[in-house]
Amino acid sequence: MTNGSYFAFKTVDWANMGGATWETIWMTVVSMIVVAILGVLLGLLLFETTASDNVGVKVLNAVVSFLVNVFRSIPFIILIMLLLPITKNLVGTIIGPTAALPSLIVSAAPFYARMVELAFHEIDRGVIEAAEAMGANKWQIVYKVLLPESMPALVSGVTVTTISLIGYTAMAGAIGAGGLGNLAYIDGFQANNNTIVLVATVIIVVIVFAFQFIGDFLVRRIDKRTL
Amino acid sequence: MIEFKDVTKTFTTKDGDLTAVSDVNLNIDDGEIYGIVGYSGAGKSTLTRMLNGLETPSSGEIDINGDKITALSGSQLRKKRQKIGMIFQHFNLLWSRTVIQNIMFPLEVAGVSRKERQQKAQHLVDLVGLTGREHSYPSELSGGQKQRVGVARALANDPEILISDEATSALDPQTTDEVLDLLLEINKKMNLSIVLITHEMHAIRKICDHVAVMDDGRVVEQGTVFNVFRNPKQEITKRFVSEEVDPALTDTNSIVEDLIKSYPEGIIVQLVFHGDQAKLPIVSEMIHQFPKLQVSIIEGSIHQTQEGSIGSLYLQITGEKESLDGALELLKKMRVETEVIHRD
Repeated sequence: MTNGSYFAFKTVDWANMGGATWETIWMTVVSMIVVAILGVLLGLLLFETTASDNVGVKVLNAVVSFLVNVFRSIPFIILIMLLLPITKNLVGTIIGPTAALPSLIVSAAPFYARMVELAFHEIDRGVIEAAEAMGANKWQIVYKVLLPESMPALVSGVTVTTISLIGYTAMAGAIGAGGLGNLAYIDGFQANNNTIVLVATVIIVVIVFAFQFIGDFLVRRIDKRTL
Repeated sequence: MIEFKDVTKTFTTKDGDLTAVSDVNLNIDDGEIYGIVGYSGAGKSTLTRMLNGLETPSSGEIDINGDKITALSGSQLRKKRQKIGMIFQHFNLLWSRTVIQNIMFPLEVAGVSRKERQQKAQHLVDLVGLTGREHSYPSELSGGQKQRVGVARALANDPEILISDEATSALDPQTTDEVLDLLLEINKKMNLSIVLITHEMHAIRKICDHVAVMDDGRVVEQGTVFNVFRNPKQEITKRFVSEEVDPALTDTNSIVEDLIKSYPEGIIVQLVFHGDQAKLPIVSEMIHQFPKLQVSIIEGSIHQTQEGSIGSLYLQITGEKESLDGALELLKKMRVETEVIHRD
């Protein structure tokens, strides 16, 4: 036994650690991609349905808005339990990285959708109107104006969301989803091996930094508003 | 040919109905530059936004070259909009696109092939004098250059008309003149009708053929720029015209007051010349005929409009009563508009 030392690196099973790191990255990246797509769609829906005079559209906006707020408010650890039956139906199991995906996505997509909606609202109304005046249809306005003009905000939104997703994967790991959170909990905490906890922490911090760095870099590259 | 027939636009707001445009009838001929002037809130923006269907009139009809804008369906209207260029006060360029990509935007919307887009956009870059800046982003351009991109973008689909919505209002005087010159050049070169909305009489005088003055949603006065400048009828038009003919009016008034104090015996007259009169040697003729008079010029200006020049001159004249009366008689005979501001 290691007697709670933080620096007994000989006790670390690096192959295990590597596998857990990979699981964490996998869960993060897959859920990030799905959240980005779902978030943009939901955000677009929220954006397009605000300030409409049509009663049906107003109701749709209210319903979507309400659901987004509800799922944004549920603490992640509780959301996992809430979604257990659905996960079991969808994935066939409630253990392992794939089983973590539904709850990761359901929790982060509404969060990102709000950021997307906000990003679209930040776009100068006049630019959208100019596109309308040039004869652009709704779809052309979405992919030629809304998306490119809000791209820096969309990317930094993905960065922020991804970083909180990394945190969620650790939480999901603690109840059986695998990854670094799982490893730190089972092999570290429960086995009284602080070294494992420390190493897992350091790796998670490195992953967070890496995502932050890539996100910041991309935003600088695509933002042409000030040069 | 653009026709507004009994056009009214009412907005429903929380505080009740607001009539932005009321009973407007206008005819705009092909190839002319038609100015619509008014203070903010006069309804001129709403009026022109109905031209391309950004607003729909509550009643009345709008007709552009035979197409009833109000009767077009969604996709027909979008098709028509491609033929109505518009430039804006705040340029409304996409910051995420370069100059040439911004100009290609309407061409993409219209489904023009990549090769033709490239060619056409390059031609327009050259036309508006931005050669060499094709690949700059809007944030790297000055206000005047941004508006040139706006103009090029508006011309991309060979429009039937061009709407300029306060396009020079965010620019400094010199850049304003450059953009106005560019619009005039395009109007002459392509015989393109331009509807120019502004609150600056300067822009109207410089390039417009006809002008409509709007106040509180109504067109209160319209006519050729020359006639409206020479003979404004409505109070609001007079205000606009006086701002422009005599931008230093308040300065001149204080000078006039000073002169009245220092030369109580003289008279002060304002002369207004129109067209060819501005070229006649009226003042020297007056001095020649009445050599005993002392004439000093307080202020003067001549403006060129599309149809001729308008001059305004303040003179202080001192001398004997007979000579003074004779001089005023002479001015009257020469058909100069004369206003005696001060006479003992």
